[in-house]
Amino acid sequence: MAASQALEVQEKKELASKDEKTVPARYYVPPTDIFETEDSLTVVMELPGVEKQAIDVNVENDVLRIDARIDFTKYEGLEPLYTEYNVGHFARSFTLSNKVDQQQISAQLNDGVLTLTLKKAKEALPRRIAVG
Amino acid sequence: MATFFDPFDGLLQFQQALDSFRTSGWLGAGPSAGGGYPPINIFRKGDDVVAIAEVPGISKADLELQVLGKTVRIAGRKAVEYGDKASLHRRERLAGRFDRAFTIPFEIDADQVKAECRDGMLALYLRRAERDKPKSIAVA
Repeated sequence: MAASQALEVQEKKELASKDEKTVPARYYVPPTDIFETEDSLTVVMELPGVEKQAIDVNVENDVLRIDARIDFTKYEGLEPLYTEYNVGHFARSFTLSNKVDQQQISAQLNDGVLTLTLKKAKEALPRRIAVG
Repeated sequence: MATFFDPFDGLLQFQQALDSFRTSGWLGAGPSAGGGYPPINIFRKGDDVVAIAEVPGISKADLELQVLGKTVRIAGRKAVEYGDKASLHRRERLAGRFDRAFTIPFEIDADQVKAECRDGMLALYLRRAERDKPKSIAVA
């Protein structure tokens, strides 16, 4: 069990990717928790300020890619006086193993936290073998 | 005539800017100031001030907001749950209690504060109190 850490501000890490984006805005790497339960793999990401329709989750070539955009129009007319954090889009990608059934991924967004549940492929489920 | 670039000039200006920022009414220690979480951006919208804090994973029920004079206090708890039989592969999110206060350079009208918490962002609309509003003086 991981040792508990004090709650503090995590400075946003900027995404350094080899492909450039066509949208002129900064991309940040969202803090993610990945944990595994008996029948699925869960990926939990913090995407503050992102709305449901602005999230793009897709799986291609065994890579799970998450792209989340911030709506900058909300900041129109606001003049910054004092800032402590950066505002930008989020992107992160993970390579999935064949243990994951790529057809069965469900996603939920609550309070800026995206929870992706990836069901494990049937072959990867633990099987109990009865001893005769 | 050539003007010299005085390297101490830049340093002095920086020192003065820092001093004036320190005494300007921003970043005052509030009644329960402590810690830096959650990160807050403060904007000006017309005559009012809008403070936006990033609070992902925190719902309305976990938040406590208080306003007194020029200080706003944001307190609460951020919970990160995994479930019983989870085996953790990666952990980057932090959890715990937070309690933070910040002051702005004018008095806040406590009855007219509007707070919205949506999608992990907390937005506070702070109005200047009536008695703190400057009066314009007409020049005859």
